[in-house]
Amino acid sequence: MSDKKSYVHVIREKWCKGCNICVAYCPKKVLTLVNGKVFAERPHDCIGCRLCELRCPDFAIEIREASAVPEPEEETTVDYSIPPEATHA
Amino acid sequence: MSDILKYFRQDRLPHIWCPGCGHGTVTGALVRAIARLKLDKNKVCVVSGIGCSSRAPGYLDFDTLHTAHGRALAFATGIKLARPDLKVIVMTGDGDCTAIGGNHFIHAARRNIDITTIVMNNNIYGMTSGQYSPMTPKGFLGTTAPYGNVERTFDLCKLAEAAGATYVARGTAYHAQMLVDLCEQALTHRGFSVVEALTQCPTYFGRKNKVGGAVELLEWIKDRTVNSKAAAVLPPEKTAGKLLIGELYKNPQPEFCDEYDKVIAQVQRKFDGFRGGVRGCEQNSD
Amino acid sequence: MPSAKLMQGNEACTIGALVAGLEFFAGYPITPSTEIAELCSEELPKVGGKFVQMEDEIGSIAAIIGASLTGKKAMTATSGPGFSLMQESLGYASETEVPVVIINVQRMGPSTGMPTSPAQGDVMQARWGTHGDHPVIVLAPGNVKECFDLTVRAFNLAERYRVPVVVLTDEVIGHMREKVVLPDWKDVEVEDRARPAAPGGYRPYEADPDGGVPLMAPFGEGYRWHVTGLFHDETGFPSGKAEVADRLLRRLDRKVSKNEPVIRDYVTESTEDCEILVVSFGSSAMSALSAVRRARREGVKAGMLRLKTIWPFPEEVVRELSKSAKAVLVPEMNLGQLAYEVERTVGCHAPVVRIGKVNGDLFRPDEIHDKIMEAAK
Repeated sequence: MSDKKSYVHVIREKWCKGCNICVAYCPKKVLTLVNGKVFAERPHDCIGCRLCELRCPDFAIEIREASAVPEPEEETTVDYSIPPEATHA
Repeated sequence: MSDILKYFRQDRLPHIWCPGCGHGTVTGALVRAIARLKLDKNKVCVVSGIGCSSRAPGYLDFDTLHTAHGRALAFATGIKLARPDLKVIVMTGDGDCTAIGGNHFIHAARRNIDITTIVMNNNIYGMTSGQYSPMTPKGFLGTTAPYGNVERTFDLCKLAEAAGATYVARGTAYHAQMLVDLCEQALTHRGFSVVEALTQCPTYFGRKNKVGGAVELLEWIKDRTVNSKAAAVLPPEKTAGKLLIGELYKNPQPEFCDEYDKVIAQVQRKFDGFRGGVRGCEQNSD
Repeated sequence: MPSAKLMQGNEACTIGALVAGLEFFAGYPITPSTEIAELCSEELPKVGGKFVQMEDEIGSIAAIIGASLTGKKAMTATSGPGFSLMQESLGYASETEVPVVIINVQRMGPSTGMPTSPAQGDVMQARWGTHGDHPVIVLAPGNVKECFDLTVRAFNLAERYRVPVVVLTDEVIGHMREKVVLPDWKDVEVEDRARPAAPGGYRPYEADPDGGVPLMAPFGEGYRWHVTGLFHDETGFPSGKAEVADRLLRRLDRKVSKNEPVIRDYVTESTEDCEILVVSFGSSAMSALSAVRRARREGVKAGMLRLKTIWPFPEEVVRELSKSAKAVLVPEMNLGQLAYEVERTVGCHAPVVRIGKVNGDLFRPDEIHDKIMEAAK
């Protein structure tokens, strides 16, 4: 079917601990572990159900629709030019 | 997802929880609920006690308070009563909340103070490496129950309801999507709201009791629960011995801080801008 | 001119707190401090403040720390058994540098003891009750007026140094009534914690390692900072590094020890040439002063030192005043607690005589006078 959406798998390897939850629960077996880190082996099979994203205990995987445009960053009332944890000059 | 990353202190990640620990999933569900509600980060306070679960606030970009074991709700009561306009959330564990913190839990519920309490129940004391807790099922093992736990557990949701909580729900790390919805409901509820999240501890509970790793534990959690709506129509043998999940109790009642504000409004005598204290000392005990 | 009034000690503590800007009280009923909770529940709503009776004393001190973190001045009041329950969180407030005031109206202990009888057995607990080294300031009113003065001072010191401050009274000081002329609240000097100007780059625990006090941001104003009982670095996040821990604990301690000369508060009478120095505090000092004056009338060179700050212990003052003394007498309603500090300070200058009264009654002046005469022989 031509209108099948395709998805991008954003993986934060530093945060992933290779717990295998996402791999085990992906309904389409898209994911696998490589060197203890999640890897999208068959990204084109992904149906965007986001179970991996929802269940990931480490926020290490994010599913984005290939065509999706990122949401605008909503302005906040407080100016954070320097994040609170900035190291002092 | 990227819309929830802004609620995290990303420079503090990766977090300390073990691979496959459910606390990360529950924290993610809570943050997703906060993102849906677009809460103002500057008006959210997350308070925790001691234990694995209680490390969660350190990773969240709000005003966060990591207190003493079992005392999160008492600290949170102080914050909420002093600043009722803040959204106060307590993140606690089964031991932190129902063992040492039990007294504060039932009283916060009784007061119906507007605090959302997320109880990350992994049926064990994880931080201190595997002792049994008030929520460890009878017969299961812990490093302090080497011959099987002889104690019975609380039904935390019934306990919360009986104590006076006006929103009670139980979710699990397996049913992650439902958990987001339950957190959202709890956050929007004005009054004491409790979400018990059954979650997995592969390092101690799973290994000690030979249930297995994170995935096997999630399956174990799934098998011991049943959706409360489904249970209503299922024959009893299908639901016997199972824990109900979903929204279990919702009964809005007057909220503690609102009631106290009414007292202040009645009592408030104009003290022409007097900054605290009684204007004339001679009239204070009339 | 404010008029004189017959006022109870507990009441004076409460009025002092209100004048100092108290906005939050959490407590639990316990003799002999309950009047403070009762009056707070009555007065706080009048000024838009909040009162809550918690489920126990553990909850009470936890709640006031929470309230203080939102920028409000907060206090609790208790007595021995409750004070014992508060110790863990007193240490939490000390380590996280959250200003709170705790009024401990002492009663005979240990345990349930004699709830309606005065005692002074919590001196060491007030300093060392909680585990680990930690800064704490303990003030000791000696009469009803000072209940007002020292509660105001307790808030000012708590706000200035971001430490928990204990106001140590006892059943007599707390319950007795005296004629009191309180200042107009407008003339009372009240201090507030130093706050950061803006959220950007805020480092909640950044301060001069030699006893510096960090700026304290309130919760709910966009700073989004982290507070933990774990040892933490300047950012407020947990750190187990050796040098971080060492730097933190020494800074916390120096906040009080370095400023002892400023925190020091005491009253003396006829100590210039005294040979018998009587060191006391609180209600014991009332009887002691009477004994000292009688001895003076009888030609004995007795002198009175009444401490209004117990911790940090004013060593220099005691050392100085005991230099010329043949003996130092320490009357207190316990078996010797302040006496330890006096002995440690006086050293071999002079013998320190402990006068302990532990039967639930106040000292009669003659009981102390006899000891003065004995020491004067």
